[in-house]
Amino acid sequence: MSATAVHSLWTTAAEPIDKIPAPTVEYAQLAPALIVVGAAIVGVLVEAFVPRKVRYHVQVFLTVVALVAAFAAVVALAAGGYGTTKARIAAMGAIAVDGPALFLQGTILLASLVAVFTFAERRLDPEAHGNRVDSFAAQTASVPGSDSEKAAVKAGFTTTEVFPLVLFAITGMLVFPAANDLLTLFIALEVFSLPLYLLCAVARRKRLMSQEAAVKYFLLGAFSSAILLFGIAMLYGYAGSVSYAKIADVVDGSVRTIDPALADTMGNDALLLIGGAMILVGLLFKVGAVPFHMWTPDVYQGAPTPVTGFMAAATKVAAFGALLRLLYVVLPGMSWDWRPVLWAIAIITMLGGAIVAITQTDIKRLLAYSSIAHAGFILAGVIATTPDGISSVMFYLAAYSFVTIGAFAVVTLVRDAGGEATHLSKWAGLGRRSPLVAAVFAVFLLAFAGIPLTSGFTGKFAVFKAAAEGGAGALVVVGVISSAIAAFFYIRVIVLMFFSEPKAEGPTVAVPSPLTMTTIAVGVAVTLVLGVVPQYFLDLASQAGVFVR
Amino acid sequence: MSFPLLTVTAALPAIGAIATAAVPAAGRTAAKWLALLFSLGTLVLAAVVLVRFEPGGDRYQLTESHAWIKDFGVRYELGVDGIGVALLALTALLIPFVILAGWHDADPSPASAGDTPVETKKYRWRPTQGFFALILAVEAMVILSFEATDVFLFYILFEAMLIPMYFLIGGFGDRAHAGSDENASAQRSYAAVKFLLYNLVGGLIMLAAVIGLYVVAGSFSLNEIAEARAAGTLDMATNTERLLFLGFFFAFAVKAPLWPLHTWLPNAMGEATAPVAVLITAVVDKVGTFAMLRYCLQLFPEASKWATPVILVLALISIVYGALLAVGQRDIKRLVAYASISHFGFIILGIFAMTSQGQSGATLYMVNHGISTAALMLVAGFLISRRGSRLIADYGGVQKVAPVLAGTFLIGGLATLSLPGLAPFVSEFLVLVGTFARYPVAGIIATFGIVLAALYTLVLYQRTMTGPVKAEVRGMPDLKVRELAVVAPLIALLLFLGVFPKPLTDIVNPAVEHTMSDVQKKDPKPEVEAAK
Repeated sequence: MSATAVHSLWTTAAEPIDKIPAPTVEYAQLAPALIVVGAAIVGVLVEAFVPRKVRYHVQVFLTVVALVAAFAAVVALAAGGYGTTKARIAAMGAIAVDGPALFLQGTILLASLVAVFTFAERRLDPEAHGNRVDSFAAQTASVPGSDSEKAAVKAGFTTTEVFPLVLFAITGMLVFPAANDLLTLFIALEVFSLPLYLLCAVARRKRLMSQEAAVKYFLLGAFSSAILLFGIAMLYGYAGSVSYAKIADVVDGSVRTIDPALADTMGNDALLLIGGAMILVGLLFKVGAVPFHMWTPDVYQGAPTPVTGFMAAATKVAAFGALLRLLYVVLPGMSWDWRPVLWAIAIITMLGGAIVAITQTDIKRLLAYSSIAHAGFILAGVIATTPDGISSVMFYLAAYSFVTIGAFAVVTLVRDAGGEATHLSKWAGLGRRSPLVAAVFAVFLLAFAGIPLTSGFTGKFAVFKAAAEGGAGALVVVGVISSAIAAFFYIRVIVLMFFSEPKAEGPTVAVPSPLTMTTIAVGVAVTLVLGVVPQYFLDLASQAGVFVR
Repeated sequence: MSFPLLTVTAALPAIGAIATAAVPAAGRTAAKWLALLFSLGTLVLAAVVLVRFEPGGDRYQLTESHAWIKDFGVRYELGVDGIGVALLALTALLIPFVILAGWHDADPSPASAGDTPVETKKYRWRPTQGFFALILAVEAMVILSFEATDVFLFYILFEAMLIPMYFLIGGFGDRAHAGSDENASAQRSYAAVKFLLYNLVGGLIMLAAVIGLYVVAGSFSLNEIAEARAAGTLDMATNTERLLFLGFFFAFAVKAPLWPLHTWLPNAMGEATAPVAVLITAVVDKVGTFAMLRYCLQLFPEASKWATPVILVLALISIVYGALLAVGQRDIKRLVAYASISHFGFIILGIFAMTSQGQSGATLYMVNHGISTAALMLVAGFLISRRGSRLIADYGGVQKVAPVLAGTFLIGGLATLSLPGLAPFVSEFLVLVGTFARYPVAGIIATFGIVLAALYTLVLYQRTMTGPVKAEVRGMPDLKVRELAVVAPLIALLLFLGVFPKPLTDIVNPAVEHTMSDVQKKDPKPEVEAAK
């Protein structure tokens, strides 16, 4: 008797159990994020197995290749029509592959690429014990000022872990604006936030300040993540799903079937309002909007400047992308509820950022407050709730990120004995010492101020126009008023650089390697091109301005 | 496609600016000659524009139109009417003189060149190249702003020209100042920042109005908006039109400048070198008054009429207030600045009197004020550079020592007070006649401005040029060849246009007719005829 025959005597075959369906994952469509995360994992292995001497070169090479390849994948997807006609939702509803996602991913990748060049810069600081050093601590685990730190410096250690860390952060940022359900959104948020907290803490100079910044960022970031997660739970209770499309359907009232397990909560508007508000808080924290901006100045100031530039640019792109998708895909049905709130936030963000920036005396803090004011301008475009609103915000983000990275790259060049000379008084007369560097920085400042023929003006015009057409004319008026206030402090820096006599003990301008030069050159080029002939990029943004749902 | 004459006219100084800026540190003299050549080349092109322009022809001529930023509905559209052509010619004419007059203004000061040559070399600071490049950059933008027929394009230039102006004021101050170097540098950057902030705030408020205009009209093109208005498809609510008008007018009133938004001008003109002061008042500020005629009246005719009473009162205050303060000035350059405020009052009065004489007069006034102020200010600059002081009290008896300088100064002054026979008389007369025809009281009050002008000019001349020769003035050299080459042509032009203004009026009048028809105003009939 066969075995089957035996046990069939006292068993009966049940109905076949539904197999847990194997998830279908469209690898090709997720290629950009997969390439970057793959490279990050390889980077971790490199840290473990590659000899210390060549690690830096391998890591830089790997990072650059990964970012270029990921960007190529984005371009290939866009060329394949995934941004327009073939836009779809991949990975079982977790990730959207559509125009906004691809546009923002492309922006993040390019911005990260030029930012990574400043990470790899090793010519600015004087050599320590015959070893070239970058902006990152020799050994982050050693206590600042301790013998172990001195030993690490002497041994020529460098923290090449920053490269895999930044790749992980970029992975999260790539997924964040493409996330199509709330859980993916949260995971992406954590994936890019955790490496950023770490990166903030690894400055070579002023390490205590850097660690303080990291702790502040981490604590506040953890709070905001918790709030976001709580909001997600409430929205799940309200809609019975974490998928964007399903929540949107419930919000619209087109779904009436109630999940019996959630009979008590489903369709309860209180949950929707509170949950939506909490998710907004989480996203506005990452964006740096008033009143959730408190971390920005300290973190921008304390973090190593290359990290600040990267963070200021790429985080903002990713977070605004997620905000746009949430508001335009999930919550358009309740725009009457969130628009007044965002109106108020946009106004206080624009005015608050611009007014507080006036009193700043540190260039990095000044740029931090300026980034807050810019978040307000972008919010004005978000509020438009029109197709132009989407494309103008995306254009603004692209324009802004290159200006920001360029500006912070210039900040890394101006140095004195204590490292970067970020106090504004030290920038006096820079225009006489190094006319070129000062002129480049002036271009970035003018772009921040939104002077015509720079990308800042085109972007500002685009979002203001979208806002005016979306019926937010009053926001435009507040916008131009705060632009005028903001212009004051940008101009103050220009006055300081060009019209003040250089001080005898003033800082010197380090001559960077071609890496940082590339970053700055790309920044200037993008600033001017987007200012003078922006048509192609505006077209790109408006073609990409349709979400898939 | 026809030859893009207007683009080339604006592009030439822009190319010149880049070329000049690229000259290496050692080639200071070469940079100067290069800048002068480019400005002369621009003058030639402007002359070609003037010749090709047919006064009786289409409203906008030599037009060019290219797509630029489709998403914003922005086109690169150029075209000149009579008013634009006259101001374009003025700009192209004045810049070579400005460059020639400022020949030595941006040389490294002898102290720093002598004492610390190493420092200069180390810093790679090339002020001379920068100075002339910035002047040419301003020229390019001003010319293009006179040519633009697209509101967005105009706005961009209107804002962008602030930046080079700002560096010219703040970076290259007048060496003749009272007090220490430190103090002078602080005052200079104060003046530059004040200039920039005033104009930037004006410009940003205009930006809101520009966006509003697009939302309402759906286009930035002057031609398209005019067509829509003619076809009756442009639906602009009264209040919207008024708000948009105010947004535009505010920016232009800051630029022009109109009381009470004028306070940046005396600072800027006082602290800048004389050629830069000429650039501010004779060239850049004209964009403000030009834009009132071109944009405020044409885009918002109803609102313009609505605002006229208030604007006329402000213009009258400008005229009298500017003149009164000019009488009380102790500083030569600030005196000219306040005189300019008074004159801009006349220009704005003429524009908003809404008569064809008033508006032709205002346009002529812009040109003539440019030439006469240039003459007066540049000679004043030569005088100041000799003595190293801007204070009137430091001079006396100059005419005995430097008769040519004193003579040219007198002619510049007389032109400023609109002596008959010199060009400004014609325009001032037209403005007053045009104003009187509609608003007799305003005409009468404005006439006081002329009386005060006589006072401040003649007192200035009397105190500086006549009387006993002061010790410091003794041995003051007379005008040099370069300086004569600056002043003589300007004076010749003042005389020529004073006696024979017809070429200019022929160009301007048809354009004014167009503007008048935009606001649907007809000249009031003469009283005698009406009485019949």
